[in-house]
Amino acid sequence: MTDTARSTKGSIELLSFTVGGEDYSVDIMSVREIRSGTTATALPHAPDYVRGVINLRGNVLPILDLAVRLGLPHAPGADARHVIIVVDVGNRTVGLMVDAVSDILTAAQDDLQPPPDVGTGGGQGHVSALFVMNDRLYRVLDLGSVLPAIALDAA
Amino acid sequence: MMEMRASFFVECEELLEALQDGLATLEAGEEDNETVNVVFRAVHSIKGGAGAFALHDLVRFAHRFETMLDELRSGVLSVEPGLVRLSFSCADVLADLVRAARDGTEPPFERIDQTMEALDEMIAGEGEEEVTSADFQPVGLSFDFDLGGDAGGAGDSAPPVGHVITFRPAAALYASGNEPRFILKALAALGPVRVKVLTDDLPTLDSLEPEASLIAWRVHLDADVSEAAVREVFEFVEGLCDLVIERPGDAGDAAAPGTTPALPGTHPVTKATWGLPPAPVPTASAAPAPQPTRPAASGPAASGRPAEPAPPARASAAEKSADKSADKGGDKGASAAVEAKGTIRVDIDRIDRLVNLVGELVINQAMLAESVQDAGLTGHPNVESGLNEFMQLTRDIQESVMLIRAQPIKSLFQRMGRIVREASSMVGKEVHLRTEGEATEVDKTVIERLADPLTHMIRNAVDHGIERPDGRIASGKSRTGEIRLTAMHRSGRVLIEVSDDGAGINRPKVLAKAIERGLIDADAQLTDSDIDNLLFLPGFSTADTVSDLSGRGVGMDVVRSSIQALGGRVTIQSEPGKGTNFSISLPLTLAVLDGMVVRVAGQTLVVPLSVIEETMSLTSEGLASLGSESQVLRVRQGVVPLYDLGVELNYRDPLDTYVGRIALLVTLEDGRSVAIAVDKIEDQRQVVIKGLHSSYGRIPGIAAATILGNGQIALILDIGDLVSRARGVTRLRDTLSLAG
Amino acid sequence: MSLEVLAVDDSRTMRDLIAHTLRGAGMTPHLAEDGQHGLEVLEGLQPDAIITDINMPRLDGFGFIEALRADPRWRGLPILVLTTESAPELKQRARAAGATGWIVKPFDAEKLVKALQMVAG
Repeated sequence: MTDTARSTKGSIELLSFTVGGEDYSVDIMSVREIRSGTTATALPHAPDYVRGVINLRGNVLPILDLAVRLGLPHAPGADARHVIIVVDVGNRTVGLMVDAVSDILTAAQDDLQPPPDVGTGGGQGHVSALFVMNDRLYRVLDLGSVLPAIALDAA
Repeated sequence: MMEMRASFFVECEELLEALQDGLATLEAGEEDNETVNVVFRAVHSIKGGAGAFALHDLVRFAHRFETMLDELRSGVLSVEPGLVRLSFSCADVLADLVRAARDGTEPPFERIDQTMEALDEMIAGEGEEEVTSADFQPVGLSFDFDLGGDAGGAGDSAPPVGHVITFRPAAALYASGNEPRFILKALAALGPVRVKVLTDDLPTLDSLEPEASLIAWRVHLDADVSEAAVREVFEFVEGLCDLVIERPGDAGDAAAPGTTPALPGTHPVTKATWGLPPAPVPTASAAPAPQPTRPAASGPAASGRPAEPAPPARASAAEKSADKSADKGGDKGASAAVEAKGTIRVDIDRIDRLVNLVGELVINQAMLAESVQDAGLTGHPNVESGLNEFMQLTRDIQESVMLIRAQPIKSLFQRMGRIVREASSMVGKEVHLRTEGEATEVDKTVIERLADPLTHMIRNAVDHGIERPDGRIASGKSRTGEIRLTAMHRSGRVLIEVSDDGAGINRPKVLAKAIERGLIDADAQLTDSDIDNLLFLPGFSTADTVSDLSGRGVGMDVVRSSIQALGGRVTIQSEPGKGTNFSISLPLTLAVLDGMVVRVAGQTLVVPLSVIEETMSLTSEGLASLGSESQVLRVRQGVVPLYDLGVELNYRDPLDTYVGRIALLVTLEDGRSVAIAVDKIEDQRQVVIKGLHSSYGRIPGIAAATILGNGQIALILDIGDLVSRARGVTRLRDTLSLAG
Repeated sequence: MSLEVLAVDDSRTMRDLIAHTLRGAGMTPHLAEDGQHGLEVLEGLQPDAIITDINMPRLDGFGFIEALRADPRWRGLPILVLTTESAPELKQRARAAGATGWIVKPFDAEKLVKALQMVAG
């Protein structure tokens, strides 16, 4: 990760990763760190995509299972070797459990296009844009929408 | 400057507290002169500071209030209930004004005006004096020392063509500590001067009286300044000298350009005892000596010249000595008392950082202990004792750090006094607030976050609890109702009680309302305590059920959840005709707790030690079924319901049998006992509380999280909340049918 | 030569302000929080002037000045009184107690420095 994330005008740096066999990405400015998975402590009464919480250097970090959240199948054996992308969303920090981190991509803002309206299928609402690079379709994750809504309601 | 302003507001809070204390003493009829003085000085000091910061509204009100207190001090007014009530109102308004000034918000003008009127009535007869008169003109504070060249005398229309000043000090001038030398110097700062020493009064040496004042001066001031500016220089010696100020030419002096130098030895040296070198009397040649052409005040102090920094060592030594002598010093007077303890003010962020670091230390210590165990070193005596010492030290540091955050709950209680006064006057009731245990120390954050729920409970007590005066008399009570607010430490927690001697909860009405709102079934069988607890249900307290006073869209459910958010619990007891008692139990600190680490369904959890009465192994003799889904546990004192922690947290289904598992006997805030079944007890230790609220949100039955020695996170249970939501299922229906 | 000034006031804010002002004018402040304390602090000092509040616990400004004037060491020391009222009686009383001059509050840095210069150079 570099400090020059937005050095090129009109372009955006994205961290790409795979989850449930699909290519996703997040704005690298939101990414705080990447770490290998550790055992999470389960939270009672939590939605199924909340894996639990882990200790991130003395802080309690909630872990979201992104595949479950997006309604995607778990890659076989993914549990054993999953990766956690720690992201800042607003004033909260959460860990996204994904299959694997792939690359850092630079996409021109012009190449990003809004997701087409394809009905109300699961997961679609969590994508803020799409772009194609090297013949692969990448989805840009809408971080705000994947956070557990319960966190605030139940407070 | 901002710092000083901030420090002023901090001092104001202390003064307001002293004011409240003093008024409470007066109210209790224990007045003495010193109490009145303390009250007066508190208001006086607030006014003084407010003037310096040009807080006009605050000054104006404080001045009026001070005037009344001054009359009280001088015996014109006397302590009587009306005056005390008014003083409390004034103290409230004063607090409003202080906070409005601090926060830059609009003060409650209407209330201020009303109170001012009441003050005027109280001091009627002498009420003509207006604060805005020349008597006390608030002016802003100017720190740049830039006078704009005008040393005063604005409005003086005399054509400034210079002055001839004849100045003849009387002996009293020297006795007052004034020095003609400095006065002449100040004159010289106004413009070019020629000074002549008039020696005509000088006696011959043989008749010289050492204490007499013999010398006079005539000064020609060729400066474009007003006579008022000249008079200002002589302000302190007015009446202590003969002073004539004339126009040049009017003075029959024929001022010789060369003036006679002062005769050596004739200058009265009254200051020799404290070591100022006697300076020569200024002469014409000395006139340009104070170089600045600016007026005296701005000269040496002018921003143009880099101010020589005060020798810091010296200053701090003085402050140190100030602290030291304050130590043995007075316990009277607000600021004196505060400083007498040798306090320092520290940014709260620094303390919080320390709290966090100590939290890390506690975790580290746990990790180390675990590593030592893993390495098989537990039996080693040196390692063992070293580890124990480390643990003890960690705990001591922990406690000391927590104490830094602790504050007496007094400030919060004082605020409640105001709530009672305002609320009772709004609904036409007479209510007295009695407080106990004000010195009880509680974490600062807890105090801050307790203000809203407590305010609401107090308003409720005034509004719904206490009866009207006639009603009270009819039921054989005193006219004035009483609300008691008490705080105490009890078994590692802080217990706060709000109780009133009012009518108690009207249970039939509460029941009817709950049914009407669909909160309970119409045929529900509820105990008295169940009914009382309906008050805490969300949706119970709605707009049409409450008056203006306790309304405001907040119900007791909000009160309960804010207290729960602090790791606390609130319970209610009420007796018809006698009153209602709310008791709030809070953790001493929000940072650590003593917990029991347990395992259930493969998960590690922490139960606060403070709720656990005892632990026991479950046996088939102790367990008995109750209905198709539940079991109870027989213990010495009777039968208690059994809850499976794993089931209640959705970790697992009920077990076939609980024999061989562990039960934690827990006492709830309302006095009930329950048994919580877990698989295993692992450890008992101090854990650092990590909030879940900010990172995740509130989880039913869970108070917070902590980090264990192995780096894993464990959840800390909120047993009261857990039980209140518990399903109580400890038997599987199908198991039952199989068995049957 | 920097003037050394002892400021006696029970209000911390006032003490802070005075100290700040004095330092700004190149003077050296010493602080005490009431008359009694002032007398104690003076034991280790040879100030060029004193500024004192009137209303203070333990020993008020008048008492403080009287005590100073009764002590030959401090008889000629310039003493300024900080007062809220400019009422002539108050000045008379301050003078009768032995004050050299007075500064009428609200606190004004410029007035303070000027007054000090009028009595202590």
